[in-house]
Amino acid sequence: MQFSEAWLRTLVNPKLDTDQLCHLMTMAGLEVEEAVSVAPTFNNVVVAEILTAERHPNADRLQVCTVDVGAGEPLQIVCGAPNARAGLRTACAMVGAELPGNFKIKQAKVRDVASSGMLCSAKELGIAEAAEGIMELPADAPVGKPLRQYLDLDDKLITIKMTPNRGDCLSMQGIAREVAAISGSAAHPVACTPVAAGLADTQAVTIEAQAACPVYCGRVIRGVNPNAATPDWMVRRLQRCGVRAISPVVDVTNYVLLELGEPMHAFDLAKVAGGIRVRAAQAGERLALLNDQTVDLTEGTLVIADDSGPVALAGIMGGAASAVSETTADIFLEAAHFTPDAMAGRARAYGLSTDSSHRFERGVDAALPAAAMERATRLILDICGGQAGPVTVAGATAGPRPGIRFRPERARRLLGMAVDDAEMCAIFVRLGLDMEADGKVWQVTSPSYRFDLAIEVDLIEEIARVKGYDNLPAVLPQTLAGMPGLPEQQRGQAVAKERLMALGYQEVITYSFIDARQQEMVAPGIEPITLVNPIASQMGVMRGSLIPGLLGTLRHNLNHGQERLRIFELGRCFLGTDSAGQPLRLGGLAYGPAHPEQWGEGARMVDYFDVKADLEALLWPMTAVYAKGEHPALHPGQCARVTVAGQAAGWLGALHPRLVQQLGLNRAPVLFELDWAALATRELPRYRTVSRFPAVRRDIAVVVENALAVAEILAAVQAALPALVTDVALFDVYQGKGVPEGKKSLAFKMLLQDTEKTLTDVEIEKTVSEVLAFMSERFGATLRS
Amino acid sequence: MNLEDILTEARRDFAAAANLPALEQAKARFLGKSGAITEQMKGLGGMAPDQRKEAGARINQVKDSVEALLKERREAIQAEELDRQLAAESLDVTLPGRSAGLGGAHPVSLTLKRIEELFGSIGFAVADGPEIETDFYNFTALNIPDNHPARAMHDTFYLGDGTLLRTHTSPVQVRYMQDSQPPIKIIAPGRVYRVDSDATHSPMFHQVEGLWIDRDISFANLKGVVQDFLQRFFERDDLQVRFRPSFFPFTEPSAEMDMSWGDGWLEIGGCGMVHPNVLGHVGIDAEKWQGFAFGLGVERLAMLRYGVNDLRMFFENDMRFLRQFS
Repeated sequence: MQFSEAWLRTLVNPKLDTDQLCHLMTMAGLEVEEAVSVAPTFNNVVVAEILTAERHPNADRLQVCTVDVGAGEPLQIVCGAPNARAGLRTACAMVGAELPGNFKIKQAKVRDVASSGMLCSAKELGIAEAAEGIMELPADAPVGKPLRQYLDLDDKLITIKMTPNRGDCLSMQGIAREVAAISGSAAHPVACTPVAAGLADTQAVTIEAQAACPVYCGRVIRGVNPNAATPDWMVRRLQRCGVRAISPVVDVTNYVLLELGEPMHAFDLAKVAGGIRVRAAQAGERLALLNDQTVDLTEGTLVIADDSGPVALAGIMGGAASAVSETTADIFLEAAHFTPDAMAGRARAYGLSTDSSHRFERGVDAALPAAAMERATRLILDICGGQAGPVTVAGATAGPRPGIRFRPERARRLLGMAVDDAEMCAIFVRLGLDMEADGKVWQVTSPSYRFDLAIEVDLIEEIARVKGYDNLPAVLPQTLAGMPGLPEQQRGQAVAKERLMALGYQEVITYSFIDARQQEMVAPGIEPITLVNPIASQMGVMRGSLIPGLLGTLRHNLNHGQERLRIFELGRCFLGTDSAGQPLRLGGLAYGPAHPEQWGEGARMVDYFDVKADLEALLWPMTAVYAKGEHPALHPGQCARVTVAGQAAGWLGALHPRLVQQLGLNRAPVLFELDWAALATRELPRYRTVSRFPAVRRDIAVVVENALAVAEILAAVQAALPALVTDVALFDVYQGKGVPEGKKSLAFKMLLQDTEKTLTDVEIEKTVSEVLAFMSERFGATLRS
Repeated sequence: MNLEDILTEARRDFAAAANLPALEQAKARFLGKSGAITEQMKGLGGMAPDQRKEAGARINQVKDSVEALLKERREAIQAEELDRQLAAESLDVTLPGRSAGLGGAHPVSLTLKRIEELFGSIGFAVADGPEIETDFYNFTALNIPDNHPARAMHDTFYLGDGTLLRTHTSPVQVRYMQDSQPPIKIIAPGRVYRVDSDATHSPMFHQVEGLWIDRDISFANLKGVVQDFLQRFFERDDLQVRFRPSFFPFTEPSAEMDMSWGDGWLEIGGCGMVHPNVLGHVGIDAEKWQGFAFGLGVERLAMLRYGVNDLRMFFENDMRFLRQFS
C-alpha cells in the first residue's frame, strides 16, 4: 500500500523524521519498501501572477511578461511558453533559485531584454514527466506563497508491503493507530459525526445471505451537484495513494476507503429498481461491470441485486448500469460488511482484483460501515451539496469480540524472556485491548478492528512486537547431550558425490521441469507428468530421467567451447505424483577425450569401459551386475542394465546414435543413471581368516562362442568353484590368428589356496581340471592349446 | 715382473679400465690364479725360512696396496656410472602431472553441505520429502486454508491431478512430525518451486527448513540459533542478525530474518514459533511442546558467501562457472 506521509502525520505525528518513522513501521511488521519524495529538491519558487505579456521585440516566440510575485515591484521576465498570458497564475523561480538538475536562476538578458527569474513548467520542477508550457495554477492560488507549501511538495510517498493478516492496516486510520501504539504518540481519529437526515427518503435493504453479509448500511442522498469539483487536497491525497480522481461522489467513496479502510459503493438512485437485496447469484445471471467487463455469475456468488437482477458484485465491483454518471443527482450509498470467508477467492475467480476485494478478503473492521457512512455523507454534502436521508441498517453490527484466554507465564515461556505482568498489561493497553488481568489466567478482548487477534499466541506476538523483536534476547538453547544414531551401513550422499568428484566428475543441478520432447526421448509413449502453468513450454513436464538435463548441460557447454565433459547430478525424477513416484537418482555423463589433452597420455575417446570403471569405483565395496539391456535413449549394443545386491539399479551405456545425430553431437556420450536407493546401503565389513599358506596362481585360456557374455561365465564359475579357488579373474580377451572365426579366447587367472595347509601339485591340477570341466560342460569352452 | 713394477703396472692398468668388467680383467692379471702377485707367492716356497718371512711380508704389503688401488678404482667407476644413470634419468619436473581430470561440487551443494555440517554439529538430523506435494501438506496442514490470501504469497506450479510443486520445504516439517514424537530437531534441505522467473527469481531454487520442537525451545532460542548459524556460516563474529515481525500462517510469532551486509540489511529467510494449529494437525500437544521453524534461501547464502552476483548462473551449469567452486 502506498500513501502520503503528510496525510499520515495529520492522524498521528510522532517526533520522528521520515527515516525513523519508516524504521519504526518496518520493525513493527509494516515493512516499508520505499519512501520517495513527491518532488525533487528546489527552492525559491513561488506562486506568481502574470500581469502583462507582450511580444519580445527581437524574437517571435518569446514574450516579455511582468509578473507579480507577491512582494515588491512586479518582475520583468522573458518567457518562451506559448501559454504565458496575462492573468495566469503560475510558478515563478526567483533570481537565486536552485531548480532540479543543479540549475541556478540568475539575473539575465535574453536577446537584449532583462529577465529577472523564470516561469516554470511542471517538468522543469521535476514534478511531472512531461509538460506543455508553464504551470497553470488555479485562479485562487495565493500569489507569493512558496510553491512547495502551496502544492504540499515536501511530502513523501511511503510504500508498505502489508502482510495478509493486517487487513486492519490497509487504511490511513489503521496505520495511524499502529504507529501510535508502537511509538506511544497520540492518534487523532477521523471524526465520523452522524449527519442529520434532511430527507425522509429511504431505500429498502434485505439481507438474504446473513453469514456472508452481517450488516449493510444504505442511505439516499438527493440533489448532489453533478458539476461540483473534487477539492484539490482530496485529489492530491488520492493521487498520492495511487488512486485517480474520477468524479466527486466516486472520489469520496475512494477517499473513505483509503482513510478508514471501508470499501463503499455509490449507486445512481434513478437506476436502482426497487429494494436492495444482498443475495447469492442464481444460475444464468449476468452482470456488466464498471470496467466494461461482463461476467457470467457463478451460482452462489454474493451479489447486490435490485428487482431487475444483480447490480453489483458484492465487495468487488459495481455494475455499469447503476453507476453514477456526470448527470447523477440522486445517489444510494452503500457501506456493508462482507466476511473474508465469503470473499475468499471470489474476485480471482472472475479474474478481478480491486481495492475493495483486496480488503474484504483480508478482513475489514465489522463495526466500520456505520461510521464510514457518516464520514462519506459529510464529505459528499460538503463537496456536492444535496440532502441526505436517514441511514437504513439491515442486519446487525457484531457484538464485542470473544475474550482470549491469556497466560503471562505461557508468554514468558514461549518468548524465552522475563517480561513482567505489568509490562504486558501496559502493552495491551497501548494496543487498545481490554483485559481482566487477574492472576495467572487473563481474559483479553480485542477491539473490532483487531480481528486478526484470535488466540493466545496472537497476543504473545503482540507483546514481542510492541516490545520490539530487537529487544528480545538471543539465547543458545541448553539441551541433553545425547548422540544421534550413526548407521554404518548407510552410504551418505556426500560420500558418493565426493567419489565421483575424485573421479573427475563435476556436479551439476538442472531444472526438474523439461521439454516434453526430451521426456519422450527417454520414455517414449508414456504420458508425462505435465505442469498446468509452466513458466515456458520447454519447461512443461516433470523430468522422468536425469538424462535430458545432462544432455542439455553437454549441449550448453559444447556451445561454449568445452570439448571434454564429465558431469553428474543427484536429484529426484518424477514417475508419478505420489511420494513413491519421485525416486532420487544419480546420473552421469562422460564425453570427449578419455583424458584431458596432455603430453603424457595418448589421445583416445572415452568409452563404455571407462565409465564402467568409474561406476565400479563409485560402488566399491559393493559390486554390481551388468547385463545386456535395452533403454530407449541408449545404444542397443552398448547398454547394460545395472543390478546391485539383486535390485535393479539403473542403466549404463552410450547414447543411441539416432539421438547423437538429433542433438548434433560429434560422437556419443556415455551415460549412467542409477536409483540412489540401490546405492544407499553397503554391507558391514565382516572378517574372514587370512591364510598363512602360500597361494598358487594358475592361468587358463579357453575358447568360447563370441556371443557369450563374460560376466555370465564368471558368475557361473564363481558360483560353482571348488573351495580351494579363492579368486578367478579375466585378464585377456583375444580374437584373431589361432582362434576360429566367431569365437574368442578368454584368459583367466585363478588363485588357489587352503587355510589349513600348503597345496600339493596333485590337488592343484585336480582343481584346475574341475574348473575346466565345468566351463566345457556349461559353456562349451575348450582349452586353448 | 718384480715387486716394484707390479705396483706401477697395477696403477696404470686399473686407471686404464673404463668400466667394471675391464677392471675385473685387470684385477686378474695381478690377483688372479696366475696373476703376478700369485706368481710371487709361489716363489716363496724355494726360500730359506728367514728370507721367506721377509719376502712374504713385502709381497703382502704390495698385495694390500694393489687391493687398495683396486677398491679405489672400483668405487670411482661405480660413482661415474651412477652419475651417468642419474643424468640419463633426469626429468623436467615442471611438466604437468598425468591427469584424469578434476571434478568439483556445485556451489549450491557446497553451501548445503556447510549448512548440514553446522546444524549437524549441534545434533540436527537431515530430513527429506517429496517435491511434488499435495495441497494438504503444502498449505492446509500449515494452517493455510483454501483461498487464504497468504496463498497469493506463493506462486504455485500445479500438476494436472491437483498436486503441486512444493513452494517451500515446510511440508517436510509436517511429514516428519506425523511420524515422530518430540523432541524433534531436523533440517530439511531441498528444491522448491515458484512461478517466477527474472534476474532475481528462479522458478526452481533451494531452501533449508529447520525445526526444533522440545519442551522449552523459545523465540529467544530461535534468535540465538539463527544468529549463531549465520556467524559461523560466514565466519564473522561481527555479523548482525535482525528479526522483523512478519506473517506466516504456520508460525506465531513470525519473523523475517535480515542479516547485516555492507551498509544495509539483506533478507535471508522467514521463521517463527510453530503455530499451535500446525502442531495440532499432527497430533502434538501444543501445551506440552513448543519450538521454532525457519526457512533459509540457499542460493542467497551461496551468492553472499562466494560473491556470485547472478542467480541465473546456478542452473546454467556452465563449466566455466562451476569449476570455480571445486
